[in-house]
Amino acid sequence: MYRISIRIILLLIVLLCCRGHGYANRIRVCAQCQYTSVKAAIAAAGAHDTVFILKGIYRENDIPISKPVVILGEKGAVIDAENKEGIFLVAADSVTISGLTLNNIGRSHTKDLAGIKTLRVKEFLFENNTFNNPFFAFHIQKSKRGIIRNNVIHGNAINEFDSGNGIHMWHCSNIEVTDNKVDHMRDGIYFEFVKHSKVSGNVSRENIRYGLHFMFSNNDEYSHNLFEHNGAGVAVMFSKYIFMRYNTFRLNWGTASYGLLLKEIYDAEIKHNTFEGNTIGINADGSTRINVEENDFINNGWAVKFLGACYSNKFLRNNFIGNAFEIAYKGSLNSNIFDKNFWGEYTGYDLDKDDYGDVPYRPVKLFSYVVNKTPETIVLLRSLFVDIINFSEKVSPIFTPDALKDEHPRMKKMKW
Amino acid sequence: MLKILKYSFYDLMRSRWSYIYFAFYLLLGFVLFFLNNDISKAVITLLNVIIVLTPLIGTIFGVMYYYSSREFTELLLAQPLKRSTIFIGQYLGVSLSLSLSLVIGLGIPFVAYGVTRSSAIWDFTSLLITGSFLTFIFVALAYNIALSFNDKIKGFGFAILLWLFMAVVYDGVILLLMMNFRDYPLDKFALFSMMFNPIDLSRVLILLKLDISALLGYTGAVFQKFFGTSRGMLVSMLVLGLWVVLPVWRILRLSGKKDF
Repeated sequence: MYRISIRIILLLIVLLCCRGHGYANRIRVCAQCQYTSVKAAIAAAGAHDTVFILKGIYRENDIPISKPVVILGEKGAVIDAENKEGIFLVAADSVTISGLTLNNIGRSHTKDLAGIKTLRVKEFLFENNTFNNPFFAFHIQKSKRGIIRNNVIHGNAINEFDSGNGIHMWHCSNIEVTDNKVDHMRDGIYFEFVKHSKVSGNVSRENIRYGLHFMFSNNDEYSHNLFEHNGAGVAVMFSKYIFMRYNTFRLNWGTASYGLLLKEIYDAEIKHNTFEGNTIGINADGSTRINVEENDFINNGWAVKFLGACYSNKFLRNNFIGNAFEIAYKGSLNSNIFDKNFWGEYTGYDLDKDDYGDVPYRPVKLFSYVVNKTPETIVLLRSLFVDIINFSEKVSPIFTPDALKDEHPRMKKMKW
Repeated sequence: MLKILKYSFYDLMRSRWSYIYFAFYLLLGFVLFFLNNDISKAVITLLNVIIVLTPLIGTIFGVMYYYSSREFTELLLAQPLKRSTIFIGQYLGVSLSLSLSLVIGLGIPFVAYGVTRSSAIWDFTSLLITGSFLTFIFVALAYNIALSFNDKIKGFGFAILLWLFMAVVYDGVILLLMMNFRDYPLDKFALFSMMFNPIDLSRVLILLKLDISALLGYTGAVFQKFFGTSRGMLVSMLVLGLWVVLPVWRILRLSGKKDF
């Protein structure tokens, strides 16, 4: 017993003596502190030190971070780049930046100026920051295993060519983007060559191009996000193995606007999402082996529009309610399957009471085919004449693909 | 004029047909709500009914009223009254009583199911406004037809044909034209062709509120401008107004010249 106590005391003494350089210092930055500028404080900090920025406005830009530090902002700590350059350039692993407000990042057509820019770093954490009027808010390049959490980004992008993205990632892997709010940027969240990453709980609104933009990014997952009022909705292009779950795509209106645009996508899963009030719910172009299951399509112009080269996609157990057109389809069926969906416009009956209608449902209407060929005819939507031709086509299909049908249409809306 | 209006109005209000018309809308409203409790969906269904039915009833009622009250009109003409007073009075009497049946008949179930508290109130109001507009327009057109033909059968025939043309044939012709000339820019044509048919115009007006997501789904700056802003609403309302004013003006001219 006695020996053990001595050992513990010895151990404690050793630990206390040896803390020396290992112990993280806390460096304060404020108008009256030793350091009045963030740049100087970070330059003076040692590895794993904490730089605590007190309330105040710091007119600084181009701050390099070349060692692992933690940068914390007090509430009301603002760094204003005065539209000159970017703010933080992170070039070290294990950097944390939290609680800061970063304003007015400069615009450039040759440099990607950003509030926080990283190049080849690992294990970063950027959370609880607010960006006002950034060019890019986050510009993450060739980085791994990072977390971007709970940031708020307010842009004021006017056109695509001189605006940047909210959270921009290029050649990254294992990044988590969670609970951020992005609005009025070019793309809310942009992924290019990003692998094994997660996007969840974000709100991306009123961006002039896409709420979320995936390019050449495989094995990613996005869930529980809200995409609303974006210029062109959400685009997922040239990617494989993407999982999309529990997202809401709302009110993306316009001539080239989609809830979700799929272009050259393979082996994706779209499950439990809500598409509501979009011009086009899902626009699929060259998409193969996609499982679209248990989603709600409500009050869209077109719930699903197929352009071409779509093979072996499955639409199972979805709810289609109040869409002006349910499916627009071109060409032959290409082993795409529609089964056990609930179609709001189904008028069949269920005599054997198994909750599935006894006559198959054909979701492509003649008018949808007409509108595909001559888009301007849309002004005749819901006119009596259109109802009449739709009815006659329904009785004996000539123009619409005969094989495109749901053999087991649900009688009632499904809940999950 | 007011006296004649009042007389026609009360005459129609007492008639069986007004009650049937009123009861029909009342029933329709209640049944719709009974079947689905969703007000905005009920508005869409009602749209389909209203844009077909109000013009039909308006035309038939207008023609019928003119022919059946012909003797009374002749009696009035013998009095020291201006012709315009007599005909405008009658016209307003018919239109007002029909519009009233529509507004009250649909209004009661909607209020009973709480439309005033829902967000669909504006959709519903614009539905009633366009419905009333359609009534006014088609009664005026019916009067035009009736004034032009002394023969009852001919008058009825033309009235039905007019309705059929406006409600069905016109859209078919436009659709065929647009499909044949689809290689040309059509958006202006599409919009203008809607202006020349009050039924289409009212349909577009209501769709602007309900199905805008679909209407915006193609290229064409003209569409974007028209559907995307309140300008579309304003222009449509103005043209609907014009659709009332022009036929009424023609009623005045015809009735002024006509030899009874």
